[in-house]
This record gives sequence, C-alpha cells and structure tokens, in this order.
Amino acid sequence: MAKQEQEVRIGFYVCHCGTNIAAMVDCPEVAQFVGTLPGVVLSKDYKYMCSDPGQELIQQDIREHRLNRVVVASCSPLLHEPTFRSATEKGGLNQFYFHMVNIREHDSWVHTDRAEATSKAKALAQAAVHRVAHHKPLETKRVSINPTTLVVGAGIAGIHAAMTIANSGKKVILVEREPTIGGHMAKFDKTFPTLDCAACILTPKMSDVGSHENIQVLSYSEVTKVDGFVGNYTVTVKRKPRYIDEEACIGCQDCIPACVFKQPKFADEFNEGLGKRRPVYIPFPQATPQIVAIDPNTCLNFKKGEDGGRVVSDKCKKTCVEACGDKNAIDFTQVERIEEYEVGSVIVATGFQTFDARRAPAYGYGRFPNVYTSLEIERLVNASGPTGGHVVMRDGKSEPRSVGIIHCVGSRDKKTNVWCSRVCCMYSMKLAHLLKEHTGAEIYNFYIDVRTPGKGYEEFYNKLLDEGVHFIRGRVGEVTDWAMTPDEEGKLVIRVEDTLAGYVRRIPVDMVVLATGLEPQQDAQDVRRMFNMSCGSEGFFLERHPKLAPVNTFNDGIYIAGACQGPKDIPDTVAQAGAAAAEVLALIDKGFVEQEPNTAFILEDECSGCKSCIPLCPYTAILFDEGKGRAYINEALCKGCGTCVGSCPSGSIVQNLFDDEEIFSEIEGVLAYE
Amino acid sequence: MSKEWKPRLVAFFCNWCTYTAADLAGVSRLKYAPNVRVIRLMCSGRIDPQFILEALTKGADGVLIGGCHPNDCHYVEGNYKMLRRFQLLKRMLGDMGIEPERVRLEWISAAEGEKVRRVVNEMTEQIANLGPLGMPGRFAEWDREVESLAAQIEAREGGGCGCGSSGAETAEKEVAHV
Amino acid sequence: MSKPKVAFYWCASCGGCEETVVDLAEDILGVVEKVDICLWPVAMDFKYKDIEAMADKSIVATLLNGAIRTSEQEELAVLLRRKSQYLIAYGACAQLGGIPALANQFPREQILRFNYEECPALDNPGKVRPQVSLQDNGRNPHLPEFRNVVRTLDQVVDVDYYIPGCPPTPALTRAAFDALLSGNLPPKGSVIAPDVALCDECDRKATKPTNVAFTEFVRPHQKLADPELCFLAQGMVCMGPATRSGCGAACTSGNMPCTGCFGPTSRVRDQGAKILSSLCANIEAKDEAGINETLRGIPDPVGTFYRYGLAKSLLRRRVDLNMTGGGH
Repeated sequence: MAKQEQEVRIGFYVCHCGTNIAAMVDCPEVAQFVGTLPGVVLSKDYKYMCSDPGQELIQQDIREHRLNRVVVASCSPLLHEPTFRSATEKGGLNQFYFHMVNIREHDSWVHTDRAEATSKAKALAQAAVHRVAHHKPLETKRVSINPTTLVVGAGIAGIHAAMTIANSGKKVILVEREPTIGGHMAKFDKTFPTLDCAACILTPKMSDVGSHENIQVLSYSEVTKVDGFVGNYTVTVKRKPRYIDEEACIGCQDCIPACVFKQPKFADEFNEGLGKRRPVYIPFPQATPQIVAIDPNTCLNFKKGEDGGRVVSDKCKKTCVEACGDKNAIDFTQVERIEEYEVGSVIVATGFQTFDARRAPAYGYGRFPNVYTSLEIERLVNASGPTGGHVVMRDGKSEPRSVGIIHCVGSRDKKTNVWCSRVCCMYSMKLAHLLKEHTGAEIYNFYIDVRTPGKGYEEFYNKLLDEGVHFIRGRVGEVTDWAMTPDEEGKLVIRVEDTLAGYVRRIPVDMVVLATGLEPQQDAQDVRRMFNMSCGSEGFFLERHPKLAPVNTFNDGIYIAGACQGPKDIPDTVAQAGAAAAEVLALIDKGFVEQEPNTAFILEDECSGCKSCIPLCPYTAILFDEGKGRAYINEALCKGCGTCVGSCPSGSIVQNLFDDEEIFSEIEGVLAYE
Repeated sequence: MSKEWKPRLVAFFCNWCTYTAADLAGVSRLKYAPNVRVIRLMCSGRIDPQFILEALTKGADGVLIGGCHPNDCHYVEGNYKMLRRFQLLKRMLGDMGIEPERVRLEWISAAEGEKVRRVVNEMTEQIANLGPLGMPGRFAEWDREVESLAAQIEAREGGGCGCGSSGAETAEKEVAHV
Repeated sequence: MSKPKVAFYWCASCGGCEETVVDLAEDILGVVEKVDICLWPVAMDFKYKDIEAMADKSIVATLLNGAIRTSEQEELAVLLRRKSQYLIAYGACAQLGGIPALANQFPREQILRFNYEECPALDNPGKVRPQVSLQDNGRNPHLPEFRNVVRTLDQVVDVDYYIPGCPPTPALTRAAFDALLSGNLPPKGSVIAPDVALCDECDRKATKPTNVAFTEFVRPHQKLADPELCFLAQGMVCMGPATRSGCGAACTSGNMPCTGCFGPTSRVRDQGAKILSSLCANIEAKDEAGINETLRGIPDPVGTFYRYGLAKSLLRRRVDLNMTGGGH
C-alpha cells in the first residue's frame, strides 16, 4: 500500500439541539471530554449544528485547523447525515471523512438520568472518534434514473399522481387490479363537505387517464415482483384474463344485453352486492377502460377444471360473440400473461379496505337485513346505483322513516382497530344529509366524539345540526330486534348510553348504517415486502419521516400516497399524491441518484476462492472468476448489506463504510469510557 | 472497583428495522435503561460473530442483536444468516462458560419502538442479576500468573551481574527435564 | 568468523515440530553447516546454565515450539527471549496454543485430578501429585508449577515471527532459515506462510459448487469421504476456508478435511468465529428448529473450530474458570 499515513486531526461537535439534547446531556462536558481524546484537535458544543451557522462552523474549522476528520454528535444519522456530510465536503474534505453520533433519539430523548445520559453520550462519541480515524475517502456512484414511473393502484391517489407526472411529459404505467380504475371514490355519491358529486370530479379524470398519451393503464392486473433499485426497477405484472381482447373491444357493450342470461343474476361487486350483473359486464357506465370483462365463475362457457380453476367448456351458445360480430373482441382462450416493465420510480397508492362490519357482531350486520355499511348506502343514494338513487330497504319497496348511523365501527376500539379512521364522522354526516334529503327520515348519529378538523368541516357539522339531524353522544351497545314496547315492534332498536343525558336509551329505527372504519388492505404485508417498505404497527405503510419525508419510504425511489399510508380523506389524499408525484419528478429531472458507497469488494490477492460467499448474496452480485480462481463482486449489483463480509472465513471481503477495522474500533470505543 | 457496577450492553442494530425502531422510541419519548450502546450496521447479516466476541472481551456484559423480522429483511435474507450463526454461537458461548442471557437476538421492526424499550429494559435487568462478565478483568487476573514470574526473575537477576547469581541458584536446583 | 547461533526449544508440545526439523533431511546438514546449534534438548545435550552464561542477543534465532503451561516453560521463554535476536514461535502450539490449549476449557484441578487420580490407566494408589518443591534426603528438588492457563508464546514474551502448522512443513522451515540467514526478513510479527486461505492450494477447490446449502454436517468417522470432492460439498466441516495455506493441502490430499492448524489469515481476529459465521450462514434451513437440526452435526463447536487456536482466540479460555485450581 502506497498510502501515506497522514496524522489524524479530528474536529468534534456536540449539538444542543435547542434543549432537545442539552436538557438531558451535559453538552459542554461531553465536548470537554472528547477534547482530551487522542487525535481530537478541537471539540465544541453548539446550539444547532444543523443550522447554517453550525454547518459553516464545521467548514471554517476544517480550513483553519486543517481538520481531516469530522464527528458530529446530534440526532439520528437517518435524519441529518447528508447535511453534515455535505458540510464536510464543502469544507474541502471527502464527505466520508465524517461520522455521526446519535445522542438525541438514542440518548437524550429516551433517558431520564442526566449523569447516565451524559456518560452514554461520551461513550458513543468516543466510539465515533475511534471509528472515524479509520475512515477512507470514498466516491458516491451516480446511477441514472429511468424516467418511466410505475403507479400501483388507480384510486384517486394513483390517478392524480399519474396525471401529474404524465402532464409533465413523463411516461407512467398505472396498474389497477380491478377491471376499472377509480377505486373507492368511484363508488361514492357526493363528497364532503361541499357535496359536489364524486362522479363529476372523478370520471373526467378517469377518462383523461385512459386517453392520456403518456399513461399506459394496466387494469385487471397486479404487480407480482419488483427487482432492482432506485432509478432502475424491473417490475413483473400479472395481467389477469378478462376474456376480452383489449385492443379489439371498442366499448360498445353490445355483448352485455346479448348474454344468454336474459336478466342480470349475479351479485354486482361494484354495487356492494346490492345490484345484479351478468357474467359479461362493465362495473359501471363510466368505467375506465371502457372494456367489458367476462367473469369465468359465472359464465356458462366455463366449467371447473381439474385444478379447481376455470376452463373453457364451450357449452354456451355464445350469443355475446355473435353480438360482438366481426370485432372479434371476445376471446375465451385468453390466459394469464406475465409482463415485465422497466421503471425508475414507483408510487404505491394501494388504498385501504373498509372494516368488515361482521367483526362487530353486536351491531347485527349480516343478521338484520336492514343494517347496512356506509359503502352500501353510498351506492344506495347514488343516482347510478342499483336503485337509481331511490333509498329503499332490502325488501326493495319500503323507504326508511328513521335511520340510525353508528360512528366508529371498528375504529377507536381496542378489540378491533385502535386508530381513528378520520373520515367516518364527516362521511356519516354527509350520508345523514343525503338520507334525509332522499327520504325525509329522522336521522340519529351515535358518536363518541365528532371530529371535524378540516376546511369547512365544522361548518358542515353546524349545517347538519341546523337541518335537525340528531346527534347522540355515546358508544352504541347493541342493535337488536327484540321489542320491549309496541312502538319498537318491527324496528331495529339501538341501545346506547347517552353520555350527555346520562341514561341508557333505546332508539327504534327502520335502518341502521354502520360507519365502518378504514384499515390496511388485506394484502398490505405482501405489497410491503414486494416493494421493500415498512409498515407501522397498525399495518399502514410507513413513511420515512412524518414531517420531513412524508411520502418517501425507506426504500429510495418508492413513494407512497393516499390511504395506504394511513386513513385520510380525498383532499389529503390528492395532496399527498401530488407530493409523491413531485418527488418522482424531482428524481427524474435530476436524472441520477448518488448511491451510498457502502458496497463490498473482494481483495483479489487475498481471496482463496472458497466460494462460501457466493450463495449468500441475494442479488447474485458475487461471481467466480474460473481463470483466476477467485470470487469477485459486481459492484453495480451489490446493495451493501455486508452479509458476505461478515461471513468471509478468511476476512477477504471489505465493505466500504463498514469495514472490520471501523466496526472493531467502534466496539472498542463504545466500551472505552467507564 | 470503587465505582458501582452497572451492566454495559453493546447492541448491533440493522439500519432498516431495529435502528429505525430505536429512533422511533426516541421520537416517541419512550424511556428505557441507559445501559445500551448501539452500533449501526446496514443489515444483521453483516454482524460477524467476531464483533460479538470482541464486544464481550472488551468489557460488554451483554450483546443485543436487532434485525428485521423473518421475511422482512431489507436485503431479502440477511436476518436468516444471522439467525443461523446465532444458533451455534449461543451454544458455543455456553461451552465457553458464558450465560445464554448475555447474548440475545431480537427481531424488531421499524414500527416497534416499544419493543426496543422492552427488550433493552429486560436485558438490562437480566444482566444486572447475572452480574458483570468482566472479561478485561479476567484477562488481567489470568495474566498475573505470568507477571509474578517476570517479577521473580527480575528480582533474582537484579541482584548481581545477572549470569553469575542465577547460575549459582540453578546449580542447586534440580529441574524436571533436560 | 563464528557461525551464527541457533536454538531449538520445546514447551507444551508433542514433539512433532522437532520431527519437522529432522524432516529437513538432507537440508538439515546444510543448516547445521551454516549455523551453530546451541540448544536442542530433543537431540543434543546442553544445560540451561550454558545458555544463561551467554551474552544477551548472542543467539541469532530461537525456534520455540509448544504452548506455555508451566513455570519452567515461562522461565525458558523469558531466558531465550533475552538471549535471542529473533524469537520465533514455531508451530501451532507456540503460535496459537495448539492442542494443549484445548485444556483451557477445564479447570486446573480437574486436569490434575483426572491425570493423577481418576485416569483408568493410572497406577497411583497413593494419589500422589507433583509438588513444586520437596525435601528428600537433604535434597531440595524443584518441579515446575503447572499453571492455570495455557498460553501462546506471545502471551508470555515478545515474538518476532511465527511459523505455523501442526507441525510446520519442512518447506516453510527452510524458507524461514533462508530468510534468517540471508537477512531478507519480513516485517516483525509476520506469519511465515501465505496470507491466503487453504482452498487456494487445495486440489478439490474446483469441485466446490457455488450453491452450497448445508442440510447436515457429518464428521470424518461418520462417512467415507469422496476422495476428490470438496469436503464442504460433502457436508464435512473443513476449516480450509478459514485457515492459512502453506501446508500444501496435506490433509485434504490425504482425504481428511482441514482442521485449521495454520491458524487464521492476518485479516481475522478469531478463526473459530469466522468459520462458524461462514458455515452457519450457508445452512439451508430458515427456522430455528431446522437450523439446530442441521447443527447437530457439530456437537463440539469449540473443539472443532478452535482445535489449535483456543489460547489465541478472543475468549482465550472458558470464562467462568477461576485461578485457584478450582472451577465451575
């Protein structure tokens, strides 16, 4: 090695972070102690190291005191490591001559004894001082960004994000697992608090997406695999067979009435089962794409195959094919296709599912026909819904004269989901308004708290009060059909402790609406793993930082938007989708990312060629050079986990930023302070 | 030792799950025992058993390893590799007289700040009950056996011209072999 | 001009290292021609007092084999250190502790009790144990003290070079002599052997697949080893990947897996931890039960991974043993 051993000159800085650190850690004492350590040229404490003057201080000291190493003890490196690396670089040093000590998240915020916390800060600082002496100058690698973006989920979040990106001239691949895009919002009647019609806002956007030259919509499709890294992902998409040639179908829908089933007979998923559809169907009139789908589970031309799946039986008269005529769009032989797409970034906008009301059995959903979920009522009051907007009960005739709306079903409950679903108060009041408007019925809202923290939301609540909608404060105990008085006969009785009036009440109503909460999608965990994201304890996708990086994930190039990150209403969802699109565009416009140079490499002369490391690499980055009889690492594929390094039996693999000597010195340093 | 002994734990946390969970514990202002010192690695798969031994010999009373839950590793399966090493290392440390409670592996996801708190507190208490491992002290004690001889020799040879006096002494002494 | 003086000495060892010197065969004559052997207990009669009488540093090099277990060995190590310009730890025991250092798993008292009282092949009805000194007909003989801890040479005195192996090969020994006599010496502290692991020179290297995933481990007595296939590919623990080369792959050529006598490479602090890390990471099972099932094939990890290196390992000795002869 021809490297000249330069004298190590360390500058150490401990940040007060206002009082965040200084209140629990004696910062001047830490600075004084570190100043006595070998190699430390100067040691300072400062109020806010991350501020401009703080960063300037580092730069100035590097120049004036010929520092060649910098250590900052402040917050988590996950927060400000880039900041201080940059300051180090601006001071004229290689940015990796820097090391950061976490004395806020890992120390001052979690301990209660000032002396102990100060000792800990000293130990951690000493470790960094030991470690940084071994640091080597490294270069970041630039990786170019593929300008195409994948958006997963085409609800309002996915649609808005896709449109924003596509409008800037960048390509978007929009994947939706249902036959149509639109998500939950397409099912809503009106939106709160303005009561403008959901379809009027959404459907033009949907058709814009469908016809946008920069957006490729892959409906009825699911992402099954993601490989690669920021800027260069390869995604595998499963295209489920809809038995329609998407290119040939012109959306005339002539096949639907031509079906051998004269009447729609099967539960219509889009209408929450309240309506019926034929085996060949389009979810709703404005569906995008305007392409029908054939459900092989109900279509007579299919039968059960040996493996339990559906196979073509060719038993049906195929009147639909006849109706389609020479367009020849119907293709019963279609099978699942697997396609691969190359993208640079991904926005995950997979939305939510509503709480299954059967999990709150006391409320009688599934037992009493006239107990509805809020989503069913959305369809029932909708002019394009199964009853054309005519609110009738399950008998199909009678209108309700009284309706009870139970808030917080599945939310704010230790037995089910503890979180507040954020939208239920507002949509319950919206439904109250719509039901009253449609039927003139008496409406009772049963709430724990009314939560209206949004623009115009409190005003909407006041409006409802003015309209004579009843609000009863109390968590409903049960819904029963057991009448105790003649006027309860034939009614659903809501038993509740009215906590304002201070007694238990029985309210008989014709119809009960359950304001079911929002929860993570059933397969959120699979999606999380696929995109290498994290989930919070409740199962929603975890943002990198709630304030500093709310749409970023821990995986670079993967962003989140909408209710998959947590319950939120449409305005917030759209705002977040816009934010995610902005992050993506910033990435694309920059054109490259700097990769953390924490890759591993094999010392060629030292490797014995034992091949033990090769099967350990999940990215097949380690290859064997038969000629030399040595293994080597393809740096472009290495993601820097260091598993091979920890496993190399002869110590012949080195990981940049985490080499053995750096870690050994950190271990020794962390234990050196008594 | 005049100072009151307190357990010292060294923790190796993976960047993506457990380190982030420890950050979350901080952000959530959860309070836990101040005995743990965290060293960040990108993945639990990077944790070389040498690091664990080194920490113990340099004075740690316990070592805590934190990684992502099975199936959740940011690097696909680094955590399994650590789990496999851990299984044998634990047995080997037992054979070397180190109590099993001193080295602990926990899967802690980025959302489990609370688990960081619980595990650190539990482990601190367990190790406080076990008492110090004190490897540096043991090494020093073992080495005194040799130092006493060196001192003896020095004392013996310091007296005269070296060769003469020692020669005289060994002349009286019968030695087992040669 | 007088020939340079060279000393050979043995401590806690089996004598195998001495055999290597003898195995230099014809070459020994060349060595003897060039040097003046001033101490070689196994072959020649010299007295300690002759050495003590020598001026400090008057021996060019001492090749000392064996671990350090008794006070006499310590004393000689100190003496030879003082009298020699270069002190060379010769062989695995002096370098790493070797087989004798496996005794660092047991308390001194247990060892003495077994060897002087319990060993089935023993004839010692009086259960007499060696004493450090005794009075016998007016004589006062001294015996060396049996220490609590087995040590490497460099845990007792400063060492200049290491020649590894159990035993070292004649070739390495010759190379060391050549270097010494020519004055063309490597940096102090060097191990005189290639700093690459054994696989580099093992004939079986090419037969190792790149996708080994262990489902079981077997020991050499449990299976007839394929004479050509990499032992790891056969599920046999082979220390080769974690052990220095330089032996010419003697064991693997003889259809026995490497047991690690050449010690780790310079980049490794603990040979056992490293081979453990590598073998375990490559186990196929992902669940604890499955992993432990596979690991049943390694019933004695300390004896397997630290067969020669326990004294030099990071832990050095079973940690709960005390220094008063008793133990856990």
